[in-house]
Amino acid sequence: MGKVLVVTSGKGGVGKTTSTAALGAALARTGENVVVVDFDVGLRNLDLVMGAERRVVFDLINVVQGDAKLSQALIRDKRMDTLSLLPASQTRDKDALSVEGVDKVIAELREKFDWVICDSPAGIERGALLAMRNADIAVVVTNPEVSSVRDSDRIIGMLDSKTLKAENGERIEKYLLVTRYDVARAARNEMLKTEDVLEILSIPLLGIIPESEEVLKASNLGAPVTLNNPDAAPSRAYYDAARRLKGETVEVVVPLERKGFMGRLFGRRVA
Amino acid sequence: MNLLDIFRKKTTAPVARDRLQVLLAHERSVIGKSDLMAVLQEEILAVIAKHIQVDRQAVQIKMDRGPSVSMLEIDVEVPIDAKLKPRGSESHAAA
Repeated sequence: MGKVLVVTSGKGGVGKTTSTAALGAALARTGENVVVVDFDVGLRNLDLVMGAERRVVFDLINVVQGDAKLSQALIRDKRMDTLSLLPASQTRDKDALSVEGVDKVIAELREKFDWVICDSPAGIERGALLAMRNADIAVVVTNPEVSSVRDSDRIIGMLDSKTLKAENGERIEKYLLVTRYDVARAARNEMLKTEDVLEILSIPLLGIIPESEEVLKASNLGAPVTLNNPDAAPSRAYYDAARRLKGETVEVVVPLERKGFMGRLFGRRVA
Repeated sequence: MNLLDIFRKKTTAPVARDRLQVLLAHERSVIGKSDLMAVLQEEILAVIAKHIQVDRQAVQIKMDRGPSVSMLEIDVEVPIDAKLKPRGSESHAAA
């Protein structure tokens, strides 16, 4: 029986899709069987970030409504056969997802995979609730910035009340993933410190992903950053986060970009 | 300006942290329940409206949510010729 993990945030644009793809690929590279599921119906993007946009035939809604078999809708990653994608529909709206249908699909995925990673849409509406509903573990993606922290607080409240685990009186595991962390600005005290965010939200830390141009480069190419450049600073942070998800104890550090000779000569002022 | 402030660089992150702490303390207590301040505001106005004709335009409401204490300030202008309403007409005045 696999674990179901939701990547959520409330606020849009904080890095849910990037993190879903990066964590999914990082777990898959360690030999785990992983499926990433896009719940952002109507605004799907996980297919694009994973580089599978031209291979989508069927989607989550087709499976939920019984128009396609799960095996027909799953897209196996070309780089790694332990990684699969279940895309969202781009044309239908989220009302086409039924609670029973989603429960059934997730239960089936749980049988087939070690990890079912659900990429939640932004907001606190139906789509976000459906994405978190079956989760055992939630990764709350937060930028060190006031509006993102506020929305994360709201989402944490919903994780504790609107998920199946919560309804059954169990606790859902929740972790904070701080993304777009700018080491230089944090040092100048211009950005909320991770300790502050942790204290305010009071959930354990899964990792700190530094702001990096590598993330955009990877999405330009249609590859999870952890596969496109496994040695880049954000990738190392995602690999560490993936190991923590597997239960390993890994000290949290903010990885810095490794610089070449020229970078070392001229790069000091940016670090 | 304090002499020390010249040497101490002003930073914005602690301000962000403090604002969030105050805001979230309120939001957590409010979500799922009704907001005490909002309830008080509605009920106090209803009580006043029960007795005198209140022009909603002449009512000023200020709210200041602080870390440990919130202030609700309601200013109602009572005109000198305000008449005590006859009993029995309360119901529509409270709207």
